[in-house]
Amino acid sequence: MDAIEVEGLKRRYAADKGGEGFEAVSDVTFSVREGEIFALLGTNGAGKTSTVEVLEGLAPATEGRVRVLGFDPFTERAQVRPRTGVMLQEGGFPSELTVAETARMWAGVTSEARPEREALDMVGLGRRVDVRVKQLSGGEKRRLDLALALIGQPEVLFLDEPTTGMDPEGRRDTAELVRELRAQGTTVLLTTHYLEEAEQLADRLAIMQAGRVVAAGTPEQVVAARPSRIGFRLPHGVEPEQLPLSVKAAVTGRRVSVKTHALQQELTELLVWARDRDVELEGLHARSASLEEAFLEIAQEGHIRAAADGDGSGDGVGVGVGPRTGGEAGGVTRGSGAVQGQDGRTDDRTGARA
Amino acid sequence: MSAVTTERAAAPRVARISTKRLAALGRAELTLLLRNRSALFVALLLPIAMTFSIKSAAEQADISELGLSVGSMVLPGSVGVVLLFAVYSNLVGVYVARREELVLKRLRTGEANDLEILSAGALPSVALGVAQSVLLLVGGAVLLDMGAPERLDLVVAGVVLGMVMMTVLAAASASFARTTEMAQLIPMPMMLVSFAASGLFVPLEVFPDTLENVCRWLPMTPITDLLRAGVTGGLDGTATLRALGIAVAWTLLGAYGVRRRFRWEPRR
Repeated sequence: MDAIEVEGLKRRYAADKGGEGFEAVSDVTFSVREGEIFALLGTNGAGKTSTVEVLEGLAPATEGRVRVLGFDPFTERAQVRPRTGVMLQEGGFPSELTVAETARMWAGVTSEARPEREALDMVGLGRRVDVRVKQLSGGEKRRLDLALALIGQPEVLFLDEPTTGMDPEGRRDTAELVRELRAQGTTVLLTTHYLEEAEQLADRLAIMQAGRVVAAGTPEQVVAARPSRIGFRLPHGVEPEQLPLSVKAAVTGRRVSVKTHALQQELTELLVWARDRDVELEGLHARSASLEEAFLEIAQEGHIRAAADGDGSGDGVGVGVGPRTGGEAGGVTRGSGAVQGQDGRTDDRTGARA
Repeated sequence: MSAVTTERAAAPRVARISTKRLAALGRAELTLLLRNRSALFVALLLPIAMTFSIKSAAEQADISELGLSVGSMVLPGSVGVVLLFAVYSNLVGVYVARREELVLKRLRTGEANDLEILSAGALPSVALGVAQSVLLLVGGAVLLDMGAPERLDLVVAGVVLGMVMMTVLAAASASFARTTEMAQLIPMPMMLVSFAASGLFVPLEVFPDTLENVCRWLPMTPITDLLRAGVTGGLDGTATLRALGIAVAWTLLGAYGVRRRFRWEPRR
C-alpha cells in the first residue's frame, strides 16, 4: 500500500487584497510506498513546501486528491495526526522555554509518546535539556524539531529541509537516523537542498519545477537520463580535431570535457586510440552523471523555458512526469559541469572523426 | 449562518477537548507567562493600581445622588481592569507572539485541535485573572466595609462571561496585528472605549439618555452591569437578560470572527 498518495494536486494561495492569487503547485502527482524514503527536490519557489504543507494537513488542496495512510490529512485530521510526525521548514517553538520543557509540552499533546528523554537522546540533544530554545544554535534547533517529530513514533514522517543549518556532523547523524527509522518501517518524505544527501538517502525522488514534477524515479533512473562525463588533458601534439570522438567535446585551454550517453563505447574508443597513438591522457576521469548535475540541468532548462514563456506564470510548461531524455540540444556550454569553463571561454568544437 | 456552514463543510470538525493536551499546552504557556516580566507586571500590578484610582474618582464625584455607592463603582471597575489588561490585552500579545514565532503552525501539525490550542494559550491568563478578580472583590468588599454580594450568581456570570468574551475578542483582534509591536497597539481602541463608555470609571447614568443607550451595546457594558447588579442588586429581570444577551452576542460575534479570520501563521 502507498503511505502517501498525491494526485493532480493544485494549490493556489488566495488573493490578498485585490492581488491575483498565486498558484504555487500546479499539477503534482506522486506516491510514496510504505517504508520508503522519498525526497522532493527543487529550487526555491518550486513548490516543495507548498506541497508538503498540504500533505501535513496544514492547508487544503485547491484541486486534486491527497491521502496520507488512506485519509485526507486536512478533513480527517484526527485520524491522521497521531500517526504522522512533522518537521516544518522553520521550527516554531517558544524561545523562552527550555529544551526539556518544549519536549514535555509536545509529548503532552501526543498519544503514545515515547519518553521525551529518549527522543532528545536520539537526536543528540540529551545534554542540552536545560538550555532555552533561544540559546540553541540553528543546527540544534533543527535537532530539537526532529526530536519532537519523532516523539509520537510516527508511521509517516515529513521532514522539510531537515538538515538546513546543520553542520556536516549533524547532517550525517540525521541521515543515519533517517535510515534507522526506515529500517523500522517508517515512511519518510523529505525535502532538501543537499542533492548528495537525497542521492544517498532516497529510495525514490521527484524533482519539482514551477509547481510541477519534472522528473521522478529512483536516483539512478533520474540520473540515467543525463549524459555521463569524460575528462582529460589534451595530449601534447594533438589537436582537438584529431580526437576519436563521435560527440561534441568542450575544450577549455587543454582541458577536454565530453558528455555522452554512451560512456562505455566512447571511453573504449578513446582508450584504444590513446594506446595506438601511444599518448597519455593525463587527469583522465570518467563517471556517470550525478544527481546534482541532473538537477542543475533540469533547473536550467526550466529557466530557459520560463524565459521563452515570457509571462513567467509557469503555465503551459508542458513537461511530463518521468525521466527526460533528449534534452541535450542546447550544446555543451549549457549545463552545470564544473569541468566546463563558466566564463564563456569555452571553446566549442566538434571532434569530428578523420 | 447557513452560508457559513456550507462553505465550511470541508473544514475539520471541532474535535473533543482533551484535558491532557490542554494541561500540557497550558503548563508551557504558564511557564512563558511567568518568564515574561512585563506582561506579568501589567497583569498583576496595574489592576490594583487602577482600582485605587477608580476609588478616588468615585469618592470625588458625587455619585450618591445617582443611587450608587463607592463600592458599587470600585468592585466592577477593578474586575473590568483585570479583564481588559490581564486577559484581553495580554492575550492579544500572546496569540500574536505565538503566531509570529510559528508556534501555532507547529502545534497544528500535532494532535491538538484548534480549539485546544487557542484555549490553552488563554488558560494561564484567565486563571490568573479569575484569581485576581476574586481577590479584588473580596478584598474590596472588606476594605470598603460592604456586605456579601446581593446576587452571587450574577457576579459569577459577569466574571465567567467576561473571561470568555475577552479571550475570544483577543483572538479575533490578534488577526489585525501583523507584528508583536502592533500587538501592543491593537488592544487600545477596545480598552479606551471600555474605560470611557462601559461604566468602569464613569457611571453611564451621568451621560445623556441617547448616549447611555448606545453605550449599553458595547461589549464591556453588560459585564459591568452584571457585576454591579451582583454586588448591590438593583437590576430587574429584563435588564439582566438584556445584559446576558449582549454579552453572549459579542462573544459569538468574536467567535465568528476568529473562525473566519484567525491567522495561524505569519503573513509572507
